[in-house]
Amino acid sequence: MTDAPKPIIQIQNVTKRFGKMTAVDNVSLDINAGEFFVLLGPSGCGKTTLLRMIAGFELPTEGRILIDGQNMAGIPPNKRPVNMVFQSYAVFPHMSVADNVAYGLKIAGVKGREVQDRVTEALELVKLGGFETRMPDQMSGGQRQRVALARSLVMRPKVLLLDEPLSALDAKLRAQMQFELSELQEKVGITFVTVTHDQDEALSMACRIGVINKGEVAQLATPSDLYEYPANRFVADFVGSVNIFEGKLTLDEPDRAAVDCPGLGKVYLNHGVTGPHGADIWVALRPEKIYLHVPGEGKAVKAAAQDAPDGYNFARGRIKGMSYLGDITLFEIELETGARIRVSRPNLSRRDQEDFTWDDKVSMHWRADSPVVLLG
Amino acid sequence: MALLGRTPVAPLEYSRTLWMRLWVGAVMIFLYAPLIVLMIFSFNDSKRNVVWRGFTTKYYEKAMANDALVEALVNSLTIAALATIASLVLGAVAAVMLWRFRFPLKGAVDGTISLPIIVPEICLGVAFLMFFAAVDWPTDLAWPFNLGAITIAHITFCFPFVTMVVRSRLASFNREQEEAAKDLGATEWQVFRDVLIPHIKPALVAGALLSFTLSLDDFVITYFTSGPDTITFPVKVYSMVRFSVTPEVNAASTLLIILTVVLTFIALKLQGVKAIAETH
Amino acid sequence: MAEQDWKASKTSFAAVSVPTLLWVVIFFIVPMAIVWLYSFGENRGLTEIAISGTLDNYKRATEWLYLTIFGKSFAVAALVTLICLIVGFSVAMAITFASEKWRPWLLLGIMLPFWTNLLIRTYALMMLLGTQGFANKGLGALWEGTSWIKTLVGLQPLPTWEPVQLLFNNFAVVFGLVYVHLPFMVLPLYAALDRLDRSLIEASLDLGAGHFRTIMRIVVPLAAPGIVAGVMITLIPALGAYLTPDLMGGTDSQMIANVIERQFKKANDWPFGAALSFLLIYAMFALIAIQSMRRKVPEVH
Repeated sequence: MTDAPKPIIQIQNVTKRFGKMTAVDNVSLDINAGEFFVLLGPSGCGKTTLLRMIAGFELPTEGRILIDGQNMAGIPPNKRPVNMVFQSYAVFPHMSVADNVAYGLKIAGVKGREVQDRVTEALELVKLGGFETRMPDQMSGGQRQRVALARSLVMRPKVLLLDEPLSALDAKLRAQMQFELSELQEKVGITFVTVTHDQDEALSMACRIGVINKGEVAQLATPSDLYEYPANRFVADFVGSVNIFEGKLTLDEPDRAAVDCPGLGKVYLNHGVTGPHGADIWVALRPEKIYLHVPGEGKAVKAAAQDAPDGYNFARGRIKGMSYLGDITLFEIELETGARIRVSRPNLSRRDQEDFTWDDKVSMHWRADSPVVLLG
Repeated sequence: MALLGRTPVAPLEYSRTLWMRLWVGAVMIFLYAPLIVLMIFSFNDSKRNVVWRGFTTKYYEKAMANDALVEALVNSLTIAALATIASLVLGAVAAVMLWRFRFPLKGAVDGTISLPIIVPEICLGVAFLMFFAAVDWPTDLAWPFNLGAITIAHITFCFPFVTMVVRSRLASFNREQEEAAKDLGATEWQVFRDVLIPHIKPALVAGALLSFTLSLDDFVITYFTSGPDTITFPVKVYSMVRFSVTPEVNAASTLLIILTVVLTFIALKLQGVKAIAETH
Repeated sequence: MAEQDWKASKTSFAAVSVPTLLWVVIFFIVPMAIVWLYSFGENRGLTEIAISGTLDNYKRATEWLYLTIFGKSFAVAALVTLICLIVGFSVAMAITFASEKWRPWLLLGIMLPFWTNLLIRTYALMMLLGTQGFANKGLGALWEGTSWIKTLVGLQPLPTWEPVQLLFNNFAVVFGLVYVHLPFMVLPLYAALDRLDRSLIEASLDLGAGHFRTIMRIVVPLAAPGIVAGVMITLIPALGAYLTPDLMGGTDSQMIANVIERQFKKANDWPFGAALSFLLIYAMFALIAIQSMRRKVPEVH
């Protein structure tokens, strides 16, 4: 890609209030042409409202939405160059699959042969070739969703909106559809905007993710940036699992910093933080970035820990809980300070889960580049 | 619903568009204007209904002093109360039968029970007239036994409505509740009393309200079954309207409208608007 | 839900079935059977009726006079149903899509008249429609107003206002029946529309359809069961209406129920009245049979 990304949807200072409740609070964000964009957030955060405002089913109280440079104010949903796949799929139950898919085409004035060709093409795209005469009540939930997809894609919209597309599917089918949706998006090259509350879904499908919390954009980033460099406690906590400790910045230089956390002890970082000394900040540490071992074998590591920030951070504790999940084992460890920390450990060999048990004393270490400092 | 919204109208907010509001307003006026005019003019100090000549309650006094009218009202309320109680029992029992059991000719029995809802009132009225004549039903019993014939007729057309309402409520009954009760040691009867009855209670309330108003409302069937000593309120009002329009009718009607409104509000307090709406 | 076979618990079944069946047989089937038998009878003397198996009553019912009354009853009922459907559908749409705050009150507004005594409602309407009533006064004021505007712009004023006869004619019967039956239509329509998944409407709009097309292609087909229910619930009582044509109609506004009533209360020709009653019942059955033959709309959950 040589060109600068071209925004297809521009959301500018959009606020939506329902009575006294503010569902969307002064949101501005651009969605680029051809990307798979995911709006991620807990239920009731305003993400669906945002999507419905793009589609035209809700109107912004303030601000404006541009699609392909054109202001959408006053343009009803049936005149917008976007199409939507509804959470309930909204497949018309009294029409056959072919009639469902052809519905929008016929309204758009497409005639005869072309309708048929495009319907067939769309159904083949979603792997429903040969299902033309089926009625929706003879199909599974997953198949109905494909009908809804075909019905929207056949319109060749500039943007396809998907409202919680996978929430009604069972776990296996959901994983499969995640791949298929990504694949489909690449194939048709249409911008997809998806709403979901499921972080796995978001991380696996998106080019970029907008995390929404309480009507505001909490962070806008690629999946890996979101996970590794969360901007605030909300994002760190919502995306993946994390340990968060409050602390004060005691050392802050361009290439190293230290945070004094009452719960965790001193945490060393191998980069600067750029914040005022003594200010309240938070340290986030992902469970999988903490190494666990029996206290004895940690001697060498402890030596290394003395040389922080280049070396390793170090802590001690006692196992208070564990759950074996097959691929990994999750530990809940009580630190010497009394605080608790979650650690995950991959079961790299078949008997790894037998290494530790309840009430074992353990020591932990983590790299100086693993903790993330959060200012808010 | 302010007449003009402050925020723009979203696509599905049909009822927020101005013309839709005017239309619904017009329909509401159509439905209520006659009743409101009637109620206002029951306080009009004039023999004729058309011109306002000052406030008076004398027609209420007159209506109250009109023994025949009061008697008719008492008859109507008595019949409605009796018919409601009987319809509730019969209707609930029939609903349980149709919901619970599989038996020969079930379809026919089901259809026959709901027939009184479909058969035109005039035909039912005629049928009861002929029936009570054919069996020589005694007409000279003491009050309230002389209301028996009308009450029987009312029960016959009220209880299918109770059955219908209770049955649709029973359809949402979770059989596991019954099994749980039995698992905890309840007998059939205890299950019925402690689990099933509480579940269908909303339907019973709705059914009672429906029976009571249907019975109170009925003119045609009663017209064919009532004798000179068993005039009900609608029959009395009918003859008054037929032969002379008197302001007393306005007063008595206003009282009955208020009774209806009060009953409806009691039902709403007990059930909520939605539950009542769903019974139709 | 598994139903229990009645043989599995005979006492319980007897407890619930005996009262129901006894009541239905004695106080419904027997009376209807009597009417049916009498319809094949003839008058012998003043009070005596012999069930002779004659078909004369039915033959008489097919005379031109009665056929036209039947036809007219159907026409009036159909017209009333159509008006109620058009008005009721829009009102039901408005209620369905009203805000949470307003919906219960609008519903209540429709239901209260439904609960109010039919005779009182008819009487109230008669008061309003009389030659001295408010409807006439309102029309008169409009008339005068138009006349005044015409003189204002220099045209001839309209002739003086003559009160129009709004009562005791066919118009009054249709108007009255619509007034009485409108709530019957709105409630089932509302129930059907409320069950409708809104995203179906949104999907249609999203695919480019306008509101009118969405209503015709999506809302109406999917609300069909409710529409049919509303039509039946309005058509059947309207066809058998007695009170409204009796009180509000003129001499030429007789509907079939009025003719039946006359056989019992005035003409004292019970067998003929019984025959007419059964013809009316057969007509209801025919309507219901047509209704149940319609294609079932599949539902997706």
